[in-house]
Amino acid sequence: MQSAVSIKDLKIAYGDHPVIEKMSIDIAPREFLVLLGPSGCGKSTLLNAIAGLQDITAGEIWISGKNVSWEEPKDRGIGMVFQSYALYPRMSIRKNLSFGLRVAGLPKTEIEARVARTAALLHLDKLLDRRPAELSGGQRQRVAIGRALVREVDVFLFDEPLSNLDAKLRNELRVEIKKLHQNLGNTMIYVTHDQVEALTLADRIAIMRDGVIQQLASPAEIYHRPANLFVAGFIGAPAMNFIEGRIERGDGRPVFVSKGLAVDLSGYCFQVATSDGPATLGFRPDHLVLDGAASGLPTIAGRISVVEPMGSEAVLWFDWAGQSLSLRLMGDVSLKPGDALAPGLDIRKASLFDADGSRL
Amino acid sequence: MARLHPNGPRPTQITAGRIGLYAFLFIAALFFLLPLYTMVVTSLKTMSEIRLGQIFSLPQTLDFSAWATAWSGACMGTTCVGIRTGFWNSVAITVPSVALSVFVGAVNGYALSLWRPRWANVLFGLLMAGGLIPYQIFLYPMVRAMANVSLYNSLAGIILVHVIFGLPLVTLLFRNYFVSVPEELCKAARVDGAGFWRIFFEIMLPIAVPMVVVVSMLQFTGIWNDFLLGLVFAGRDNLPMTVQLNNIVNTTMGERNYNVNMAATILTAIVPLAIYFLSGRWFVRGIAAGAVKG
Repeated sequence: MQSAVSIKDLKIAYGDHPVIEKMSIDIAPREFLVLLGPSGCGKSTLLNAIAGLQDITAGEIWISGKNVSWEEPKDRGIGMVFQSYALYPRMSIRKNLSFGLRVAGLPKTEIEARVARTAALLHLDKLLDRRPAELSGGQRQRVAIGRALVREVDVFLFDEPLSNLDAKLRNELRVEIKKLHQNLGNTMIYVTHDQVEALTLADRIAIMRDGVIQQLASPAEIYHRPANLFVAGFIGAPAMNFIEGRIERGDGRPVFVSKGLAVDLSGYCFQVATSDGPATLGFRPDHLVLDGAASGLPTIAGRISVVEPMGSEAVLWFDWAGQSLSLRLMGDVSLKPGDALAPGLDIRKASLFDADGSRL
Repeated sequence: MARLHPNGPRPTQITAGRIGLYAFLFIAALFFLLPLYTMVVTSLKTMSEIRLGQIFSLPQTLDFSAWATAWSGACMGTTCVGIRTGFWNSVAITVPSVALSVFVGAVNGYALSLWRPRWANVLFGLLMAGGLIPYQIFLYPMVRAMANVSLYNSLAGIILVHVIFGLPLVTLLFRNYFVSVPEELCKAARVDGAGFWRIFFEIMLPIAVPMVVVVSMLQFTGIWNDFLLGLVFAGRDNLPMTVQLNNIVNTTMGERNYNVNMAATILTAIVPLAIYFLSGRWFVRGIAAGAVKG
């Protein structure tokens, strides 16, 4: 099957400073790919390069089976939505939506039909004669999305489209974007630093750091089986708990030992053959079972330092061997700071990393 | 004394310092208005009344004949046609000069801030350096250059000179204005397929209307009030109002007609003055938006 967007050995550098090194990705038609990473990881640069707004140093970019590496943005068959909305301030919403079509010289009736269709889809019908300054943030971003949709292209690029909105609007628009993708079925590439957006929207997530993709996989895979320590620590809130220790093979079975803790690793699904040596054990707050003794799992005993109730769930922070670990509980909690607890650890759901931070 | 319980808006207090401040401002305003007052009053007097030497007194009868003479009868050397021709010369010089310099400066500022061509900063630095050199230094080379391209002593020549000398300031103001425009606006327009000129005319120029107004006013007053460039480059047939005013004031046959001189001076100064009065609000807004920011 032909890819919607294909990036081959892409390199982008500002002078001597490389931003992206030798990157290759294939994005399938109708796929929703999220580029996720901390600021400065090169994700926006990559998106701009796909859009044709950023010169590339080496490599190729293919969109819909055409090498567009040297094409102008308008000839690439893309629509783009920006973080700051970037609406044309002196034009009405109608003019904003139709600008690209007018530049392309489409017939008037066609332009009107497309604007009307897009406005109806995004509930902008009543706002068409207003100026951008007269709209709320959420409405402005819907117009910005509309301006991309009206071009009726195959690939949509989103550059942190929800970052300027408040939390409530962000949730609403996130759902709208997901619906839009389900209804339209276009290929979408979406840049964000918000892991909730990434996990909820994406078919696949590419986690980037310093211009290099750390892991490219489905949200579930990334959440449950992070490829390295960076991905493990970046995804999930509260962050994954990490315990430094060693893997030792006593009587043939591998055991993780650290500060009085010994966890039998025979239930762990290793993806590479291991030898004895330093390792990091990572487990998510939701993978701890509150009553460890009853579950028959290895326990990590400590005292509660902070309780964070969040309505439907609560996060307990407890001290173990001089470090703070977290545990997520569903429902209400009656535990208080100072209470002792010994939660059980399910090693099958945990992650092990070697000294270099790669998954074992 | 009972301490007042704070409640509602804070009471305004009139202090001695405040009274002093306003007194100072009032006196300063009077001081600067005095010359204008003297000019207006003198222009409305007859020569016999002026000879009394009471320059601050109001005229006994309003006599507008000096204004009529200044406009259409005052003498420069041996020709007595008033300052009228100078007025129209100034209009012919100022209007195209302002329009051209604002347009070219706006394009410059737009290109330098939003397209950042290679060497943009060097180019901008050179332009600014050019703006800092006193323009008297350029006069002689400029005259030679103009003569070489047959533009010396012509209307087109003086317009070109004004456009060139206006560019550093106009470019600076527009560049600073456009620097505060989000870069994404330009990117969005490029994705929509618009090119350099389309983005400029349809998106950037409409945003920059306040700046266009301010720069136009600055340029208008500057060019209208110019004396030296007009004297050197315009040629005899295109001498601007300022040069002709000087000629009128310095032409003496018999007694000096102070009332005519005053009227001619006011006529010359009234145009930029009127522009400031009519668009002061725009001016402040544009300065606040463009010159300070960025």
